[in-house]
Amino acid sequence: MRTLTSERTTHPVLIFWIIAGWVGFFILPWYGIEEFFSFEWLVDGYPFDEDYAPAGFLIAQGEKLWLAPMILALVAPLAALGRLKTDPLYAKILIGAGALGFGWMILQGFAIGIRGWNFEWAAALYGDLGDRQFGMGYGALICASAFLFIFTQGIAARGAINGDVFVVSSIGGVIVIVSAFVFFPIAKMLTAAFITEDGGYSLGVFASKFFDDRLWGLGCLSGGRCGVALNSLFLAILVGFITTALGLVFALVVTRSGFRYKKLLRALTVLPIITPPFVIGLALILLFGLSGSVTVFFADAFGIQPTRWLYGLPGILIAQTLAFTPIAFLVLIGVVEGVSPSMEEAAQTLRASKWQVFKTVSLPLMRPGLANAFLLGFIESMADFGNPLVLGGNFDVLSTEIFFAIVGAQYDQGKAAVLAMVLLCFTLAAFYAQRFWLGKKSYTTVSGKGDSGVHPHMPRALSIPVLALAMLWAAFTGIVYLMIFYGSVVELWGVNNTLTFKHYVTAFSFRLEEGGIRWSGAAWDSFWTTLKIAAIAAPLTAVVGLITAYLLTRQTFAGKNAFEFGTMLSFAIPGTVIGVSYILAFNVPPIEITGTGIILVVSFIFRNMPVGVRAGIASMSQLDKSLDESSLTLGANSWQTFRRIILPLLRPAILAALVYSFVRAMTAISAVIFLVSAEYDMATSYIIGRVENNDYGLAIAYSTTLIFVMLSVVLTMQLIIGRTKIGRRMSQSRTNV
Amino acid sequence: MNLKSLLGVSAFALMTATGAAQADKLTFYCSAQEDWCQLMANSFQDATGIDVAMTRKSSGETFAQIKAESSNPKGDVWWGGTGDPHLQAAEEGLTAEYISPMRDQLHPWAIAQAESAGNKTIGIYSGALGYGYNTDLLAANNLPEPTSWEDLTKPEYKGHVQMANPNSSGTAYTTLATMMQLFGEDDGFEFMKKLHKNINQYTKSGSAPIKAAGRGENTIGIVFMHDAVKQAVSGFPVKVVAPAEGTGYEIGSMSIINGARNMDSAKKFYDWALSAEAQNLALQVNAFQVPSNTGAETSPSAPDMSSIKLIDYDFKKYGSSDERKRLLKKWDDEVSTLPQ
Repeated sequence: MRTLTSERTTHPVLIFWIIAGWVGFFILPWYGIEEFFSFEWLVDGYPFDEDYAPAGFLIAQGEKLWLAPMILALVAPLAALGRLKTDPLYAKILIGAGALGFGWMILQGFAIGIRGWNFEWAAALYGDLGDRQFGMGYGALICASAFLFIFTQGIAARGAINGDVFVVSSIGGVIVIVSAFVFFPIAKMLTAAFITEDGGYSLGVFASKFFDDRLWGLGCLSGGRCGVALNSLFLAILVGFITTALGLVFALVVTRSGFRYKKLLRALTVLPIITPPFVIGLALILLFGLSGSVTVFFADAFGIQPTRWLYGLPGILIAQTLAFTPIAFLVLIGVVEGVSPSMEEAAQTLRASKWQVFKTVSLPLMRPGLANAFLLGFIESMADFGNPLVLGGNFDVLSTEIFFAIVGAQYDQGKAAVLAMVLLCFTLAAFYAQRFWLGKKSYTTVSGKGDSGVHPHMPRALSIPVLALAMLWAAFTGIVYLMIFYGSVVELWGVNNTLTFKHYVTAFSFRLEEGGIRWSGAAWDSFWTTLKIAAIAAPLTAVVGLITAYLLTRQTFAGKNAFEFGTMLSFAIPGTVIGVSYILAFNVPPIEITGTGIILVVSFIFRNMPVGVRAGIASMSQLDKSLDESSLTLGANSWQTFRRIILPLLRPAILAALVYSFVRAMTAISAVIFLVSAEYDMATSYIIGRVENNDYGLAIAYSTTLIFVMLSVVLTMQLIIGRTKIGRRMSQSRTNV
Repeated sequence: MNLKSLLGVSAFALMTATGAAQADKLTFYCSAQEDWCQLMANSFQDATGIDVAMTRKSSGETFAQIKAESSNPKGDVWWGGTGDPHLQAAEEGLTAEYISPMRDQLHPWAIAQAESAGNKTIGIYSGALGYGYNTDLLAANNLPEPTSWEDLTKPEYKGHVQMANPNSSGTAYTTLATMMQLFGEDDGFEFMKKLHKNINQYTKSGSAPIKAAGRGENTIGIVFMHDAVKQAVSGFPVKVVAPAEGTGYEIGSMSIINGARNMDSAKKFYDWALSAEAQNLALQVNAFQVPSNTGAETSPSAPDMSSIKLIDYDFKKYGSSDERKRLLKKWDDEVSTLPQ
């Protein structure tokens, strides 16, 4: 089968991309139009009006002549059509054409901007251009994709990755989008670390900011304050360990105990991630703050003097543990379920005690999950912004320092960039420590062979403390959420406790009028925008994340480590930095998307993609390669294998990626606050505005509504995608499903 | 740099030329409270028929955004927020010079603000610095009622006072600059050092101390008095104090963004926002600042400016980047590192 395909001289995929390139160049508007999803341009002077004209029409009218060389790159691939894939000329033509087109596209995009030449030397060399160009639009986008995929087909034809077009194209595509939306903005931002006050570049500036005592000071050992960097590091390590341990506890309770209310527990653990930022912090203050109900109770009952103990490390630690334990749980549940019972059964047959089985078989097999959970907790804590802002007290951490270096009274981009670098170093170090710990061992337990055991229960000595801990934590989470709901239905939180629904009415009132419903509540605008953006971003995030995970676990290619690093990078960088760097990078051509909904979608995809990647990797490393191999041997190509074999087995990972990215898109704040515009305001930035304005009731009512909306979305997704059945008995009475 | 500013000017000319063709839009950056921003946007739209797209962000965030967008400005006019970032934007050439025909209706302090920035910004309201305290907590801790700045440095208030960090908040920087002008630089820093001993937390945001006081999480918060009044009016047990020694003030400002795409609309908004009718809108949204138009009304709940001893605040000196950096560094080195 495979030999047959490579001997054909018609290449449907190639033909498709050649046509796409022509459509992009000659039919669609080349430059960006203000409203991406409106099609007014069709009736408004298209195709001759300069704003809406396709590149072909522009050149024909003698405008934007610098686009002309791309025609050559569009024509050249035609010469490859009649040739065999094995013909060396076929590969050469495609690589040449693709590289020329794509390279030229980038070159002209960066060289010529809205004020003509972007580089002073170019203006000096070639004289004033007398023309300018705006950001790329549909046409340019499709044309660029065409060049890219023509190029990757050339590479595949040369024999890279066994000539697998799907794999080479995926690698190429992921590299390009990650470069464009992660590396490019970050590089733009980080160069700011070396810029002196008068605009020059200097290493000294960087060094003086980097070795500042405020970053690395050890004052806390002698009663003063420690540096921000050390604070962040200490907090993140604590949070990483605690969330991983609690996540494991919950995963064990759900999969390996006779506990009856597993569903309830599962739902409860999902709650904190669907909670908008600030809300947990506010609830904690209401409980444990100086005038919190618990504090006042203890003060009245036992005469304990109320203190501000919550503000600082303890408060942030509690809030982050509440918020990130569910992430650890989501990562670990897949892994704990995925550990094949046959191994455990084998150990039991060999007369190992339950405890021995758990310690020497189950736990070591969960290592990839534990490591990933720790890594996520660590990074999340490092990048968290909302909780330290509300509960930080005098315990400064990097993420808030970065925010205030940029928006504070001392507008200092250089300092922000240096702090961002430190943050990045920490997260990368954690990433490599994780790799080192996992080593080169194999954790594969699900293979193509029959596997129909049932997980044994935990040893009793373990199950009692685990259950107790899970119950305690669940009760605590429950109380925090009750407080939140209570806060949304009282007149003025903490002062006037009369019950009222007025906050919901202000936010979400609507009237039935002629011709439909009038959404008169104050929150509707941002609510619909948020839903729309999150719904667009979630599936895209899952797709990009899972394809990347597939490439990382199933394919070997040169530069794989750098590739993995690149895909994880955006997660390690706090949202604040992403926000500012996106504005710096995408406010000017060639990619001009600030003020649109697209920039929000893009920022969500690349911020949340790493979770999809991690979840995918964790699940895929448990699926035996023999499954793919047998599929490939039976004549399927890699795309078919991915779709028919891997994807169905990955349902939990897909669900995790979808749910997580949707929810994160609805609750993210730090990057969003820089990227929202008048037209695209998001729920979280609206809520912060209300909190700033003391409208706690409205803010919490809105947050509560968001929680319910997200909960229903999560449940619906779970219903639609369903749970995987990895061919395992569900209970003793039923046989293999 | 010269070439850049030249390019900036030519781009600016080009933008105004193209802007005229589509004069029915306005992108409005607002740094006041949300409902006030909304009301301003809607009222202007009603008054002129110009389509307004409004974004509300704090003044620091808006400044960061305008700076980041400076090579391709998206906003037209920036209204509200404390004066410092407006002055800084003017200093960096991010905002455009404009002399409104409405000027002769304004208080002298509003015009002084404009003149200190080369007419690139103008005062729209002012508010005096002071502090507020939670009456319940003060009583619970058996503390006397403070009346002056000096009172706040007394040992019995240890752990009860909160202010923002001057590095991150314009309000706190105004406090620092006020002490310099009230007590002189040496005694001013002595005061800050004594105050430091009583501070329980330097918050990031300027109005956070009084919000914490309202919720009962803090006793005394050093803030602008109109922010404290707002807490009291919202129903929190907060009492507002105008310190006996006298105090500094802020001037909330408005600027037109350099290179605005809709320059004509921006100017129309600018003129309209300085009118008495537009400034009276503040009464509808519980904004307790003093408006800059002499004909506009002030809320009866607002702090009575005539009874407050205001210092002659030198906005030019204390608004400049160099002086700000010097004072902040000195505060960082000499005050914030002291043990508490």
